[in-house]
Amino acid sequence: MSDVVLETKGLVKHFPITQGIVFKSKVGAVRAVDGVDIHLRRGETLGVVGESGCGKSTLAKLLVGLEKPTAGSINVRGQNMVTMKGAELRRARRNIQMVLQDPYTSLNPRMTVGDIIGEPFEIHTEVVPKSGRQRAVQDLLDTVGLNPDHINRYPHQFSGGQRQRIGIARALALKPEIIVCDEPVSALDVSIQAQVINLLERLQNEFGLSYIFIAHDLSVVRHISDRVAVMYLGKVIETGHDQAIYEQPTHPYTQALLSAVPVPDPRLRGHRDQIVLEGDVPSPANPPSGCRFRTRCWKASQICSEQEPLLQIRERSPHPSACHFAEIRDVVHGR
Amino acid sequence: MDVLPGVDPRAPLLEVSDLHVEFRTGYGVAKAVNGANFWLSPGETLAILGESGCGKSVTAQAIMGILDTPPGYVTQGQIKYRGVDLLKMSENDRRKVRANRIAMIFQDALSALNPVYTVGFQLGELFRKHRGMSRGDAKKRAIDLLDQVKIPAAKARIDDYPHQFSGGMRQRVMIAMALALDPEVLIADEPTTALDVTVQAQIMGLLADLQRQRNMGLILITHDMGVVADVADRISVMYAGKVVEEAPVYDIYARPAHPYTRALLESIPRLDMKGQQLSVIRGLPPALTDVPKGCAFNPRCAYARDACRQDPAPPAYQVSHQPHRTARCHFFREVIGE
Repeated sequence: MSDVVLETKGLVKHFPITQGIVFKSKVGAVRAVDGVDIHLRRGETLGVVGESGCGKSTLAKLLVGLEKPTAGSINVRGQNMVTMKGAELRRARRNIQMVLQDPYTSLNPRMTVGDIIGEPFEIHTEVVPKSGRQRAVQDLLDTVGLNPDHINRYPHQFSGGQRQRIGIARALALKPEIIVCDEPVSALDVSIQAQVINLLERLQNEFGLSYIFIAHDLSVVRHISDRVAVMYLGKVIETGHDQAIYEQPTHPYTQALLSAVPVPDPRLRGHRDQIVLEGDVPSPANPPSGCRFRTRCWKASQICSEQEPLLQIRERSPHPSACHFAEIRDVVHGR
Repeated sequence: MDVLPGVDPRAPLLEVSDLHVEFRTGYGVAKAVNGANFWLSPGETLAILGESGCGKSVTAQAIMGILDTPPGYVTQGQIKYRGVDLLKMSENDRRKVRANRIAMIFQDALSALNPVYTVGFQLGELFRKHRGMSRGDAKKRAIDLLDQVKIPAAKARIDDYPHQFSGGMRQRVMIAMALALDPEVLIADEPTTALDVTVQAQIMGLLADLQRQRNMGLILITHDMGVVADVADRISVMYAGKVVEEAPVYDIYARPAHPYTRALLESIPRLDMKGQQLSVIRGLPPALTDVPKGCAFNPRCAYARDACRQDPAPPAYQVSHQPHRTARCHFFREVIGE
């Protein structure tokens, strides 16, 4: 287990719902992330999938320290980031960087590309001496496949795919071991998507990076991930190697999610095992008792509302699954 | 229903030929649509596939007559509905076509619905304005419609505002609104792009059901090759304002005839396969103010030769003996692998 670079234990983030303007009183909480245990090994990609509102973006923010967890721990190389303070915390945060979703809004339009990519060096001054910074930025531009001479250009002079490369260069600046990618390709056109995915894969091989890859596009996640965690209403409900999740899913939610993804092959039309879920995701402010998926689940029975299923290996599930009735069902391939 | 002069029920449902749309901006003239041709029959689903900036949404706006003018102008071409050219109609007649004969649903239902009116009011408005119904009757019809698009407890929700609905439910309201006056053609512009996959499956299923019940022609505008494979009968692929390939859905996935279609298909990761590296389309789509000479795809194309870099642009070659299987590529035989 020595090669585990990142591990979370019982990670919780509740956002308070308050009432009143002067005398605010807490009337409830949105349980965005509600007890998440994940780990990430060196050079590995963990895909996190789920519908909007399942807490995957909050998880990303917690991991890079943009939100403070309500409870739980985040261990990077064995050190707990949650309890760290001051200089020690700042040093530790170098090691875990983030690529954001929308390259159109996540780059400051008034800063040049050189300033954007060089900004991490301003904050972490000890990484590269001042005299070497321009050189370092140019190297980074080259690494992500941009022209190093464009260092003085502004973001609007680049296309969407190129902007995402700038975002990736910024994340690489401090030579982190871990990069959290929050929907890095969802704002891009399909023909550009492939370029960015290939770049991320190349960088991983080159620098031995570990990725947390968050996306709602299950095909993209399958392509890039070694392991996958499926989230629903703030909890991981199934996790395992990509092969296990995609070909032998055991949780009904994973099965429904996978079966809903259209496959670009008209010959499979009508031959796929399609599960259409009724209704919407319940509010994370007031999740159902017991199993959170039971309100939309076709297998739900008495026990599901009384007892919360734990994420564990079960009789009929060779990988951890949080369902009392976990059972393998291949929904991706034709019947 | 209002009577439209010249409508011939035996003529094709919708026929777009040689449509040109341009945007006159301070930076030059952007040719958003550059000679688009396609047609639609009753009960059929035509998918218009393309990346952002290829002119697919502008084409839809031109058909609906909701193009922002200025800066957008239709400069050439015809849009025939049952034999009548919509572009030659008076604005008054066109209003009768909208919603009555040709209706549209938009990508982002939250911004397409008016936030300060209840859903029931907005739905009822159609019946009041177009059918002259009373408020009470219009509300009854609105409830009826919400039932048809399977919104639970329609009666209780009719007085809710758009923000009180979830994304999927809002899109159902949009569909109800588009179908209110029984149109023969429905244009759906990226109807599920903003939605989660499980909700996407619900909405696409609903659209397919409603289309079957009403024998409606559906134009589905999308960039998602997965959705297209699931629902379309025929596909028109657009690139830089032109339809570069048109084909029945099975043919296009099995044997694409245009290099762009082929490259698109090879660049998408698939759920049922774990590939090594994705093949990449190099470069970027052209700026519409400065479309390359000859074939607009030539700077990114692996098959490009000198002939591709010179005007005139490749015509729509007939690919096989099948009708309506065309590709705008000089070397389509090579691409298809004959």
